[in-house]
Amino acid sequence: MKDLRLVALRKEFAGRDRDGRRTLAVADVSLEVDKGQLVTLLGPSGCGKTTLLRMIAGFEEPSAGQIWFGARRIDDEPPHMRDTAMVFQSYAIFPHLDVFENVAFGLRLRRVAARALRERVERVLELTGLEALAARQPHQLSGGQQQRVALARCLVMEPRLLLFDEPLSNLDAKLREQMRVEIRELQQRVGITTVYVTHDQAEAMSISDLIVVMNAGVVEQIGTPSAIYGAPANRFVADFIGRANFVSVDVLDEHRVRLAGMPLAVRPHGRRAGERATLVLRPEAIAVDAERGALAGTVRRAMFLGSLVEYLVEVPSVGPLVVDHPNPVAGRLLRAGERAWLTPVAGVGTLLE
Amino acid sequence: MRAHAVPATLRRLARDPVWLALVVAIFVALGLFVAYPLVKVLLTSVRDGDAWTLEHYRIVAERKLYRNALVNSVAVGAIVGVVGTALGYLIAFVVTRTEVPAKRTLHLVSVLPIISPPFVTAVSILLLFGFNGLLTRHVPWLADSSIYGFRGVVLSQLLTFTPIAYLSLRGVLQSIDTTLEDASFNLGASRWQTFTRVTLPLSLPGIAGAFLVVFIESLADFGNPLVLAGAAFPMLATQAYLEITGSFDLARGAALAVVLLLPSLSAFAIQRYYLARRRYVTITGKPALATSRLVGARTKWLLYAGVLLFALVVAVFYAVIVVGATTRVWGTDYTPTLEHFVYVFQVGFDAVKDTLVIAVVSTPLSGVLGMLIAFAVVRGRFPGKGLMELGAILNFAVPGTVVGIGYILAFNAPPLLLTGTLAILVAAFVFRYMPVGIQSGIAVLRQIDPAIEEAARNLGANSLTTFRKVTLPLVAPAFFSALVYAFVRAMTAISAAIFLVSASWNLMTVQILSQVGSGRLGVAAAFSVVLIAIVVVAIAAIGAFVERMGGERARMRI
Repeated sequence: MKDLRLVALRKEFAGRDRDGRRTLAVADVSLEVDKGQLVTLLGPSGCGKTTLLRMIAGFEEPSAGQIWFGARRIDDEPPHMRDTAMVFQSYAIFPHLDVFENVAFGLRLRRVAARALRERVERVLELTGLEALAARQPHQLSGGQQQRVALARCLVMEPRLLLFDEPLSNLDAKLREQMRVEIRELQQRVGITTVYVTHDQAEAMSISDLIVVMNAGVVEQIGTPSAIYGAPANRFVADFIGRANFVSVDVLDEHRVRLAGMPLAVRPHGRRAGERATLVLRPEAIAVDAERGALAGTVRRAMFLGSLVEYLVEVPSVGPLVVDHPNPVAGRLLRAGERAWLTPVAGVGTLLE
Repeated sequence: MRAHAVPATLRRLARDPVWLALVVAIFVALGLFVAYPLVKVLLTSVRDGDAWTLEHYRIVAERKLYRNALVNSVAVGAIVGVVGTALGYLIAFVVTRTEVPAKRTLHLVSVLPIISPPFVTAVSILLLFGFNGLLTRHVPWLADSSIYGFRGVVLSQLLTFTPIAYLSLRGVLQSIDTTLEDASFNLGASRWQTFTRVTLPLSLPGIAGAFLVVFIESLADFGNPLVLAGAAFPMLATQAYLEITGSFDLARGAALAVVLLLPSLSAFAIQRYYLARRRYVTITGKPALATSRLVGARTKWLLYAGVLLFALVVAVFYAVIVVGATTRVWGTDYTPTLEHFVYVFQVGFDAVKDTLVIAVVSTPLSGVLGMLIAFAVVRGRFPGKGLMELGAILNFAVPGTVVGIGYILAFNAPPLLLTGTLAILVAAFVFRYMPVGIQSGIAVLRQIDPAIEEAARNLGANSLTTFRKVTLPLVAPAFFSALVYAFVRAMTAISAAIFLVSASWNLMTVQILSQVGSGRLGVAAAFSVVLIAIVVVAIAAIGAFVERMGGERARMRI
């Protein structure tokens, strides 16, 4: 039994678009999530990911489709009966209650006895590193602390489902990386099934068991981070997740293509021999060398990024390719205008369907 | 250290003569037109000829008439405060938290009493429930009851002041992020629990603030009690007026004014120094995209029905005014006629003209002065800044009756002989209706990055040029809302003005009251209709003007 199931979930809004069609925010999304998994809804703003999350929480009513928690269908239940706990983008900390009372809010509604309530709140405050701040008022908290309160308020409910709506977008870069590690560790420790909305692909890659890539209300691909990165289903996914070079090739057989006259092994695909196709080559899947390689090109731009150098190399008859050269301190850096030799790594490129 | 600090700010001030002149001028003006009249009232109340005395207060404390007046005023204020705030919260709640039809119309009807003289509903009540009232005559069980006294005043003030509570609570409810309500649902709270544990506690400081404002307004209200209180139900503001104009007892009137001042100032102090710090400002990541789900369908229509009822009553009361203005003799001869309007434009035309002149002169003055003071308070660094702000907004809390008495006491002798002139009315209106503009100006200025003004200074503009070329355009919206407010209040003012009018300068509001006093309700109603029409046209005109200004600014930006 899957822990969370969405069946052909659909949301139309009252307004109409320029062609007179009803605005479609979410188009027939189906999804299955195992107990304890963290699934990310990833996509650009306006792709419907937040609407999908709000339908799961009960803040939006689906136009069609079903939502199941295990064997229980819940899409007709009001939000407060659903046993989900959501971390809002704005945190939505109650400004009139201190940290302890914010965390205790849901338990008080359930009339948990005073002793048990105190124990549970204190346990969660400790878990989230907030024990020293229990008596603080929300306006005395930093952004990261407010984030933790929002999380603690959810965890204390021991909900069936944890929901996150872009929880890190109001934090600075350093804190964002720290918090996403914390969220992932906490989630794994408590083992609660989690749906997490973000537009940040690095965030999604680093914390997810499963990523749902969405665009314009439609699911583009569902898969593990490595599957989505390694074998993107289409151009949108390839482009949105990480960096990608798109190269025109001729298909030779089911695992080889011809790139600029040279054969190259790629991942198995369903295209027929003789067809033109688009190959996705990640920048790190192309080796670069000053003296020898498969393709000759000219360095247009070199960007030193610390752990690697990112080159933009113009290859005649192929086009500009972005290429990563790791650990640049060891070797000599190429400069703009110099000749560079590129060798695509065999067997890792993906053909777009 | 401290001995050094003050001269340093003074030296900085001295380096910028425009600033210095501005600050000194504002202090002089506030001292003369705000503080001095109040001091005069206080002094007069404790003087008997050349001797100091508390005799006037002893009489006020001992005589039943005055004690009753105090009790009546405070009781009416408390009841109108509670019920008016509750009604205002209901309307604000329906407008901000539900999807219902005709919201815009409801809003407009609900604020209608704000742009009309504060006692128009009293005239309307007389037309319906007075001795010759429509309902008194035709509804048997109303025939023997008198509307004069407690019931009439409370009813009339409720209709007059509920809109004020509504507007302020609408702002409060709008500023509460509905995400907080979502969070509460999400944690398992029902609608009722969410309302009682989140929405209501978050709006409590705003509710308390609205209550105090309505309380202050009710206590200071003059027109409604004068029309409806009657002799058996004395109230403070009108009693002070009667002491002065009826018995020519300035000292006793002043003592009553001081008694009236105390609860008003206390309420003002609580509002300003206690509640203001308890407002919950919610900072949101993104605009709440959701509509609130705080009420279910059945509750929603129930609340909506309540709001509709209020709006309907307001609409009926104003319709009655229009009908009254076009009816020959209310109660006996219901023939339609325009004779009351003819009267207004012939016999009463001087009052119409005077009112317009006074409003048109005082409006820009109070707008500009208000913005200058807001600018000085937010951006200036000079000793006595807090005092300036307090002085500038103090008159908001001082009942008009007290201001009126203060002005006749202060400006009745050379060298400041202003009684009977245009100047005294203009001064009264400017300093009385400036505070709202100052407060919105301060709010807007605090949001403008000082770096923008510093850039102008850096490029060679002095403070006045900076204000004119940079700050003023930025605060334009606040400036024009201040203008609208000042104009509306100048057109509809009565409590201070009634002491200051003269044969050469009269006001429509005073005319309305005197027509009511002599029983000519038709003329009073016609005056009211003309006055409201002028106010509506003026608001539309100022609105159009703002729009054009906005358009020009948009073009300049391109």
